[in-house]
Amino acid sequence: MRKQFTLKYLAKNKILAYTLATIFTILSLLLGISIGTVSVPIVDIVQIIGAEIFHYSIDHIDPMYQSIVLNIRLPRVILAGLVGAALAIAGAAFQGLLRNPLADPYTLGVSSGASVGAVVTIFFGISLPYIGAFTLPFLSVVFAFITIFLVLTFARKIDRSMRVETIILTGVIFSSFLGAFISLMISLTGNELKQIIGWLLGSVSMRGWDYIKIILPFFVLGSVLLMANGRELNAMSFGEDRAQYLGVDVKKRKLVILTAGSILTGAAVAVSGTIGFVGLVIPHLTRSLWGPDHTHLLPLSMLTGSGFLILTDLIARTIISPTELPIGVITALIGAPAFAVILIKRRVQKGG
Amino acid sequence: MLEVQQISGGYSSESVLKDISFHVAKGELFGILGPNGSGKTTLLKMISGLLPFKEGSIFIKDKKLSQYSQKELAKIVAVLPQHSEHAFSYTVKETVSLGRYAHQSGFLQMWTETDEKIVQEVMKQTGVDVLQNKNLGQLSGGERQRVNLAQALAQEPEILLLDEPTNHLDLSYQKELLDILKTWTRDGMLTVISIFHDLNLAGLYCDRLLLLEKGMINIQNKTNEVLKEDRIQDVYQTDIKKFAHPRVPAPQITLLPKWEKEEVEAVNITADMLQHRKHHIVLRSPIPLKTMSSGVVGSGLGWNQTFVNRHVDKGYSCSNHREEMMNYLREKGFDPLETVGMMTAVVLDDVSYKWMEHGGLSIFVVVTAGVGNAVDATHSESHSSEFIPGTINTWIFINAKITEEAFIQGMVTATEAKVRALEDQKVIDSVTGTYATGTSTDSILIAATQRGEQHDFAGTITALGKLISKAVYWCTRESIQKSQKRK
Repeated sequence: MRKQFTLKYLAKNKILAYTLATIFTILSLLLGISIGTVSVPIVDIVQIIGAEIFHYSIDHIDPMYQSIVLNIRLPRVILAGLVGAALAIAGAAFQGLLRNPLADPYTLGVSSGASVGAVVTIFFGISLPYIGAFTLPFLSVVFAFITIFLVLTFARKIDRSMRVETIILTGVIFSSFLGAFISLMISLTGNELKQIIGWLLGSVSMRGWDYIKIILPFFVLGSVLLMANGRELNAMSFGEDRAQYLGVDVKKRKLVILTAGSILTGAAVAVSGTIGFVGLVIPHLTRSLWGPDHTHLLPLSMLTGSGFLILTDLIARTIISPTELPIGVITALIGAPAFAVILIKRRVQKGG
Repeated sequence: MLEVQQISGGYSSESVLKDISFHVAKGELFGILGPNGSGKTTLLKMISGLLPFKEGSIFIKDKKLSQYSQKELAKIVAVLPQHSEHAFSYTVKETVSLGRYAHQSGFLQMWTETDEKIVQEVMKQTGVDVLQNKNLGQLSGGERQRVNLAQALAQEPEILLLDEPTNHLDLSYQKELLDILKTWTRDGMLTVISIFHDLNLAGLYCDRLLLLEKGMINIQNKTNEVLKEDRIQDVYQTDIKKFAHPRVPAPQITLLPKWEKEEVEAVNITADMLQHRKHHIVLRSPIPLKTMSSGVVGSGLGWNQTFVNRHVDKGYSCSNHREEMMNYLREKGFDPLETVGMMTAVVLDDVSYKWMEHGGLSIFVVVTAGVGNAVDATHSESHSSEFIPGTINTWIFINAKITEEAFIQGMVTATEAKVRALEDQKVIDSVTGTYATGTSTDSILIAATQRGEQHDFAGTITALGKLISKAVYWCTRESIQKSQKRK
């Protein structure tokens, strides 16, 4: 009873929600930069970043600290944060659109699609004119979009009402198929093997500022598009027919949301490989804390997702230091049981 | 308000709907009926702009449907779907607020005071304002449907489309919802077009009905014209019977169960079933009989199994004689719900009864008569009017199946026979000095087994009428003679 009261109170207080989520993200960011083989005090981190932004010089701090923070840890946590944010907001949008708390870029096969795009780029050494370095993320996005489109068409063919289970199953089938495709390319590959494997394992380490430059435009575009469709997502979570009755241009909005979701997923996969379950767990957690209203769910998921992935990355590189675990391992270890819990909860609700 | 012109089309290449045309005026409650698969939902989806049609056109407020943007349309037409999904636990207020989507403009889609006012207003109208902070998952089916209605109303629509709105709703919610809609349409605030599964609800609430059959219009007209027995029987391919609503002028339809037609043994009501007790005469039938009577208990049309004629004192007076009679019946072990009970001040020994048969048709008549209050009906204004226990009570049991017309004709025939019997016994109205036509408180019962041969009429020269007049005349006369002899 008391718990319910607290939750209701929290759900109403949106300012508190944003404050807490922001504090969580900033705290994760600072911890992520601070902890490692060399510990950097948080006060120093703030000074180093402040000096860099406002262009004043600091002499009393060890230049090695400056180098570690600015060249190694800062880009790493920012990249982790962006990837986490991208996956979480995309997951929240997919879940709203498909009225399905089990949907996320990973279970829908979108991540696998994006991987195929990336692997194809590396395997054939493709470099498209004009976009150059952006070829890999661009093709990832394109493949992600094609995959989500195929998955949904296929699911609709099997079952007109597009039940949750049908979509998930279709996503899993596509993931397996695309996985096999990637394996095929790996076994045929010669020189690029190491590059592909390293990329596939999924990591945000040693990527540097270049990768942030790659993901940032996609991230901004995708998030802005999704957040502009918060109310439409609310309407569509009552069913597409219902949304249309309410005045939503469903066909157009659905296409925008699917495109934006694919852009975010594709870009995230392009810079960090496949990292599963972030898009599943974070929106679910955010929804149960602050309510399902997408106008708030999307930005809150974004903040929480970025903080979450920064912390996960911190665990991945410190838990058996000096060896680094792939970040995807940690998210899967947390995510898979969470997936199971959500599934059981849904069954219980339906049965009761 | 809405004009549908010759539309055809449907889901697949094969047309589901063919050549549908109708119009609905402002403030109408218009019902769409039809068996499963007749295209009702398809038609509604076309009107709501969800489903394209191949031919024809739909005009809403004199503007073509295709010229409306989705948002413009949502400001005029709202839809209450048959059932709704709710994947996430939105609160009631969040759900209702979504109804304002079409009215909000601009990139930021700011929530204005007007929006808030309208949302609060429709929540109050549908009685969900007290639930506004609850989650949808915590609500009952009826409450959820009212939330959906509130959401549709938050669109401030001029036309409301409903797909079997009362499906899954309890009886009380069905009535509540339709009462609200009826009030709003009557006030001209709303035009309602609704699919109905339940023909009786449609008959009760709609102004006009459209009956679909295999994708085509069978008829569109006033409810009474559409809900014709043979038409419904034909379209729905089942046995039904139409009857009048007991309280309001609305057609009602009821199913005829298969066992109604099953061969059953004919039952013969005879003198053996009549028992003469000290304070009452009772006839117990082995089966319920269809009755039309003017008894104290069980009057009107009904089905009854026990028939009681109770003797009371001449001075009997009770403020609630019906209640008192019910108690009497219960006390004697009769179920008042399946008993026709009459009262008489006549000595029960004066009872006269006769079983008569002709050409396979038989009837049994029981009469208790006294002429203490004899009245000439043509001069009845000379008499005071207070309740006095009945004096000529006539029971007619008919061992056949008869129509409602026959019941009424039977009563007329029986009355004519009674009048002649009184005249032949020279019974005089003591106030006017003329021949009496009856007494002031006569009661009559006609009960039929509804088994065996069917008799449509009971006028004086029909087979049934002849038996009735003969038996009633004979019994009334004999009973009066007995009573006269006693004096």
